[in-house]
Amino acid sequence: MYQFATWKYWLVITVLVSGMVFALPNVFGLDPGIQLSRADRKELDATAEQKVLDTLKAQGVVPSAEYLREGRLVVRLANEADQLKARSVIQSATSGEYTVALSKVSSMPDWMRKLGLRPMSLGLDLRGGVHFVYEVDTAGAVTQALQSLERDVRTTLRNERIAYTNVATEGTGLRVTLRDAADLYKAIKAVKPSDGSLLIEEQPVAEGASFVARYTEAALKARQSSAVEKNILTLRNRVDQLGISEPTVTKQGVDRIVVELPGVDDPNEAIRVLGATATLEFRLVDQTNDAYEAQRTKRIPLSSKLYTVRSTGSPVLLKRDVIVSGDQLIDATSTQVEGRPAVSVKLDARAGQEMLKTTQHNVGKPMATVYIQKKRLAEGEACKGTRVNNDCTEEEAISVATIQGVFSSQFQITGLQTLEAKDLALLLRSGSLAAPLAMVEQRTIGPSLGQDNIDKGVKAMIVGLILTFIFMAVYYRAFGWVANLVLLSNLVLTVGLLSLLQASLSLPGIAAVVFHLGIAVDANILIYERIREELRNGSSPMASINAGFEKAFATIADSNVTTLIAGVVLYAFGTGTIKSFAIVMTLGILTSLFTSVVGSRALVHFVWGRHRKLESLSI
Amino acid sequence: MEFFHKVSTYPFMRTRRMWYGVSTVAILASIALLVLRGLNLGIDFTGGVVLQFAFPQTANIEETRTSLEKAGHEAIVTSFGAPNEVMVRLLPQKNQDVNVVSREVTAVLQTSVPGVTLRSSEVVGPQIGEELTNQGGMAIMMTFILVGLYTWFRFQWKMGLSAVVATLHDPIIILGFFALTRITFDLSVLAAILAVIGYSLNDTVVVFDRVRDNFHTMRRAASEAVLDASINQTLSRTVITSGATLLVVLVLLVMGGETLKGFSWALTIGILVGTYSSIYVAGAMALELKLSAIDLMPPKEEKEEIDALP
Repeated sequence: MYQFATWKYWLVITVLVSGMVFALPNVFGLDPGIQLSRADRKELDATAEQKVLDTLKAQGVVPSAEYLREGRLVVRLANEADQLKARSVIQSATSGEYTVALSKVSSMPDWMRKLGLRPMSLGLDLRGGVHFVYEVDTAGAVTQALQSLERDVRTTLRNERIAYTNVATEGTGLRVTLRDAADLYKAIKAVKPSDGSLLIEEQPVAEGASFVARYTEAALKARQSSAVEKNILTLRNRVDQLGISEPTVTKQGVDRIVVELPGVDDPNEAIRVLGATATLEFRLVDQTNDAYEAQRTKRIPLSSKLYTVRSTGSPVLLKRDVIVSGDQLIDATSTQVEGRPAVSVKLDARAGQEMLKTTQHNVGKPMATVYIQKKRLAEGEACKGTRVNNDCTEEEAISVATIQGVFSSQFQITGLQTLEAKDLALLLRSGSLAAPLAMVEQRTIGPSLGQDNIDKGVKAMIVGLILTFIFMAVYYRAFGWVANLVLLSNLVLTVGLLSLLQASLSLPGIAAVVFHLGIAVDANILIYERIREELRNGSSPMASINAGFEKAFATIADSNVTTLIAGVVLYAFGTGTIKSFAIVMTLGILTSLFTSVVGSRALVHFVWGRHRKLESLSI
Repeated sequence: MEFFHKVSTYPFMRTRRMWYGVSTVAILASIALLVLRGLNLGIDFTGGVVLQFAFPQTANIEETRTSLEKAGHEAIVTSFGAPNEVMVRLLPQKNQDVNVVSREVTAVLQTSVPGVTLRSSEVVGPQIGEELTNQGGMAIMMTFILVGLYTWFRFQWKMGLSAVVATLHDPIIILGFFALTRITFDLSVLAAILAVIGYSLNDTVVVFDRVRDNFHTMRRAASEAVLDASINQTLSRTVITSGATLLVVLVLLVMGGETLKGFSWALTIGILVGTYSSIYVAGAMALELKLSAIDLMPPKEEKEEIDALP
């Protein structure tokens, strides 16, 4: 007679026990807690941990658990009042050294955490939060690259003491016009980078000399893809500043970026900060021409640009040469100067020198700070600045001040509103966006709706499970209970795998678990129907069991492959919540293959296999 | 308990002409519904704004709609699950920023009925919808191609083709159902359709597995008899499995909440139609393609040639 190999029993037991261990953290609920990370994004160490804890305890906040995870300090607290208190205590005691995020912390015991176990990660539709999808405007990346090229070329020519009459973008290139034709080759040599990313084309002109610099195809492609990567980095920096626990910023497709912020229920602050492109430029004021005259006649001198001063609304002509721009800043903090909002900035070494040189030569002359904001216009929306297609660039001079003395890399900027100063400091600190972003999708799920979704999903699952249990027990009697045990262990394995992989579970994912109950019993039904068929054909009970399992196996494998294919395709094409459905479906098929073919057989052999003379089967 | 004490002997193949008629009518009706009535596409596909509000008491749908209209927003207002929950949907309008619109609508409702809370908001740009429609179509086609290839490889081309044709039947009828009832067709419904394709094929594969076996054991029998026997032998399994799956899907339909309504309906219809098509359509198609024992013989000649070599 057929002998069931002992190692198979052990395999089943090992798999089941590990499944249970991985699934175990899900039994424990979530407690309120806070997560601390250092504002400068360095990892927290044990000394800092101790200091924070002492601060908390001194104020009467006693954590129920605390530990370091991935450089962050996680503190679990007894209730929400403690959670809020803990946040304010830390914020007031450490003055901006840490970012404190409110979060939910699993209340599983310490030893589980030390084993690296974690509960399933819930999707935004279950825990509440906001979900954004941004599209990176790769064409905008090129425009931006040209603008920075323009700035570089101006600086280079100035440093090389080559006189030029104009440097301006023209289509996809940059046109440079020199005063003296003799300087042409010197200028080209100075401008042309060593990496060959620029194509230079001479263009004959009546007076002086002119050439157009254009990025090569390859350089443009590289720019575009690096723009997406850079934007992801910038968004990560900005998200970190928002103080949200476990935010994610991921790339989707070629030019999309998905930002998920769990626990946030008002998306507006996040939208404002994430998509903002505010930056600064410092320029000298053109004092030789009359700004009012230029505004009236619309004839602006080539070497200048016309701006409006924010506070007075009056026009001002600023020199085209940018002394320093926002991306040359290494730090920015919002402060107050004489009770008015200000941003205190620190420049990098090169920009610091440039500023030093400019201020040395221009003491007593006015310098302006230009505030630049780019945004994507909705159709019909007016643009107060210059408009290219749907992109609007608004530039205004927020301050025009006389250079009182020489300064270099550290100074303050005034002329902003409080919120602007705060946002600007944050934006300057987190780096600028390498290309404009357009929001193409936004979903916000309130926390109560998330809990509702969990409750409904779990209830449907339990009722589905109970009904299936009853059906199988009535229809297949003792074998039905085998199927039920198998189904239950299958559920545990699926939950265990989901916890292990930390794949996020969404409402469609829970629905997949429920749907999967039906598919999982199918394998058992196939086997039992085969066994019944063999019994009807007059085989002995034991032979029927063996034949049933043997013959049903190929069918089970074949029939599951088709569902598996659908699951994989769904995974490949789907996004967000649908991906979760695909993952659960695919994992479910794999676990049900294992539990019904190996697990169920082990159980059947364990129960009936040892009876030497089996007269009948309860099937 | 056992519903199928003896193996049944329904002559499925003899009545196949009638089932062709039934299938043709169902498919034509579905296509007509799709063309004439169209799908009530969800925000995932059309773009636009969907806001879900909780009112302090039972919400007055009509009043909500008029107060929004007065503010200049043409919105579809429906109750959503509970009587105090309301869903407001706005299609994308030109010259409007969807984010601004969603904020305005929230403000209008909160001033007209104090205590209204925004439970969820979804704002989808039109370009996403277009892309999703393309991707969804691609996903369905890819699934068909892959499962078709698999059944061809595992069985034989006639069976692969029959399986795919029988399965093709299911998404069309599901789409027809959604056009008829105007239940919102969103991304999760698309996912359900893909799951149904896998599920329905699963049924067909079980039948065909038996067909392959039976062509080996019933050497003398006519193809028609083999197919009938195979369908009858697997009938109990097909019905019981479908019943068990239908049971849990119905639980989902009743208890899963509004968000999963469309999804659960697609699965319910899909399981019913999928079961029907596996029983009545797949086998009949194989018969029409003149599937016979020869098709399922292992290719012997080559082996003999090799053996014959000195």
